[in-house]
Amino acid sequence: MAIETKAVGKTFPTTTYAVGREKVKEYALAVGETDPIHLDHEAARGAGYADVVAPPMFAVVFKAPAMAPAIFDADVGMNFALMVHGGQEFRWGPLVVAGDEIQTNVTVRSIDERDGKGFYVFESVSRNQRDETVCVGTWTNIVRGV
Amino acid sequence: MEPGEDLRKLQVTPDKYLTVRYAGASGDYNPIHIDEELAKQVGLPGRILHGLWTMAQVARAQTENAGGPHALKRLSVQFRGMGLPEHEITVTGTVREVGDGTAIVDTVAEQNGNQIIRNAEAELEV
Repeated sequence: MAIETKAVGKTFPTTTYAVGREKVKEYALAVGETDPIHLDHEAARGAGYADVVAPPMFAVVFKAPAMAPAIFDADVGMNFALMVHGGQEFRWGPLVVAGDEIQTNVTVRSIDERDGKGFYVFESVSRNQRDETVCVGTWTNIVRGV
Repeated sequence: MEPGEDLRKLQVTPDKYLTVRYAGASGDYNPIHIDEELAKQVGLPGRILHGLWTMAQVARAQTENAGGPHALKRLSVQFRGMGLPEHEITVTGTVREVGDGTAIVDTVAEQNGNQIIRNAEAELEV
């Protein structure tokens, strides 16, 4: 059976995420960051940032509300029982700090079948309140036995 | 950084409750990461690490070597197998090329002899 590709190009509603100081600190501690610019707003200010700096992988936090509707979309139609997160890429622009507001847009970039597996690729573009692109994420989910 | 140079390796052992803290911090409450019984019911050895937490360790190895979070411009990874709590993870990396203020680093995360993140490539501002 051919894989269903009708969702390619589909976009999802823009989400807005307000980056909070305590959330950045909670995330930084969970991933083992020790640099005080992530944990102490005075240290961050001393280093020239407006507030605590989000570690680069904090992108998964501000992107999550935009990604969930895409991953669970009925037109995309992934079989979660047979799905694995196969690959991930992020490209970063200016750093995100507490106080930023991040808007994210997600697109279904491609759906392909190779070797009996479905490859579902999603792209998310996140911009800050100055319209600078702070992070572009590419998610590849692989579904066995499509 | 010079081509062929190894990064300082990063070693980290996620403690028993790390996946619970990371679930809260990231918002990813998939029960395979936090519920031992459910994880076993679906055929896993027990609760497994979030792949994106492990990717964050690969990212941290880059930023700690390159002098801060501003230096990490791109990171791409492939996830393979699964990571487990309470077992040490080692992130290693080797500079492949340097030019135009950018270094490309080949990097992996290994646990118990398995590369749980492989074919990873980082682009660093140097």
